[in-house]
Amino acid sequence: MKQANSTRWDPEAARQYGAGSGSGADAAASQATGSDRRLLGGPADLAGHLRWHGPLPDHDGATILDTVERSGLTGRGGAAFPTGRKMRAVADASRARRSARQRGTVLVANGCEGEPASAKDRTLLTRAPHLVLDGITAAALAVGAERVHLCLHEDDDAIIRAVQRALDERQSARVPTADVQITRAPARYVASEETSLIQLIDGGPALPRFTPPRPFERGVDGRPTLVDNVETLAHIALIARHGHAWFRATGTPNAPGTALVTVTGAVSRPGVYEIALGITGAELLATAGGTTQPVQAVLAGGYFGAWLPEQRFHSARITAPDLLAAGAAMGAGIFVALPGESCALAETARVARYLAEQSAGQCGPCINGLPALAQALEALAARGDRRAPEYIKNLTPYVAGRGACRHPDGATRLIASALAVFAADVRTHLHRGPCAGARRAPILPLPAATVGAY
Amino acid sequence: MTAVTSTTRLRVNPIACKAHGVCIEMLPELIGRDPWGYPVVSEQPVPDRLLALAKRTVEACPTLALLLTDSTTGRR
Repeated sequence: MKQANSTRWDPEAARQYGAGSGSGADAAASQATGSDRRLLGGPADLAGHLRWHGPLPDHDGATILDTVERSGLTGRGGAAFPTGRKMRAVADASRARRSARQRGTVLVANGCEGEPASAKDRTLLTRAPHLVLDGITAAALAVGAERVHLCLHEDDDAIIRAVQRALDERQSARVPTADVQITRAPARYVASEETSLIQLIDGGPALPRFTPPRPFERGVDGRPTLVDNVETLAHIALIARHGHAWFRATGTPNAPGTALVTVTGAVSRPGVYEIALGITGAELLATAGGTTQPVQAVLAGGYFGAWLPEQRFHSARITAPDLLAAGAAMGAGIFVALPGESCALAETARVARYLAEQSAGQCGPCINGLPALAQALEALAARGDRRAPEYIKNLTPYVAGRGACRHPDGATRLIASALAVFAADVRTHLHRGPCAGARRAPILPLPAATVGAY
Repeated sequence: MTAVTSTTRLRVNPIACKAHGVCIEMLPELIGRDPWGYPVVSEQPVPDRLLALAKRTVEACPTLALLLTDSTTGRR
């Protein structure tokens, strides 16, 4: 079984989602046995980290860049863009700037986990901070970065403490490390968008900016900037150690390696797991202990993703290209299994309202369109409003793709997928009014009401 | 058939756009109105015969939110 030697149980994430803690011990017994070189395999402290993974090899930047390019690593923050290609663009710019006597490039490590249903970055940063710092150090060298920022949510003291402790350990032990500045970002949804972080670091508000130029062209302080998710950087730390062939030995040819996923909803052991890319949806659910009750659909890709009917999800391969072809997304590796008794329309309406409230409020179509769509979906779920489906269908093209960032695109995709996948539920609501599931406790996680400015 | 030799396209910076609607009035051939009064610009290249008008429309935007971009270079 492919997933048996690639899983990790994370009691902390499970507690966050209200799972029973009784399953922790036996889950721990079934965790990774055949692998000692994966992201969540090692201890959190420096001595243990060095025992487990060995020191970061003394490669030059060109070697690291070449190895990452050949590894086929793609970004684990949601976009699944080839990491090597992005690094190459910044590295090339770095060389050009050096010969023009301009200041060096910038690396931004994104550890702001904006997706409410995701816990993988938080798990990685607290359980393997040295892997992230190794990856930051290797990537900074590869792209000639002169400044390095690690962006973390300002209200998550546990993560900030874990990273600070790790930085202190490395300094006392004189472990070569990039000069990392911790940048505290507001815990708002769109604040973790890459252009938001760049504006924040430059002293502005953490709000998305109009592109192009993309950050790799003009980012922090106008310099070419590499923005990578912390998991992506942790993979770089391992690729630098073990090489591209090692990385490709797991996963699929077009989606190599492992990935961290957060599996929640109607599964026995919700939590963060490390999986080999390319396992099936059924294997993913089995990894999280299997389902606890009949499941009607799985939300794949979080709130930027889409619903997949249970059977379709079972046979889908868990990779970015495969999930895209199936009509969903890998996103940041978020999977929520929706119980058969839940009302999918009410669940989606709740998230749609949240996403509308999380708009940065900068672009007209997002400001106006998302609340209108959320309201229509609410009216459909709660009252069987007859005009709602047509209204949503007509309004969506005026919202999708019309913001400076992709926030409205994700929200509209999620709503459209709910109407398509749960078409039978829509008919039931139109003819018989709200279903009993609308009164059940919500499954899709949302943060406690957040108030405040950017 | 309209002659199209340029690769120039219109683009709106949605952050800067405040829905004054000047562009919608000036260039209805390529710019429509959404339900809230914001411009919806055509994704097709600007036909040659409209290029001069498109440039004037870009200049007329009170918030400088309308842009002409060259899709082959990404410049604007």
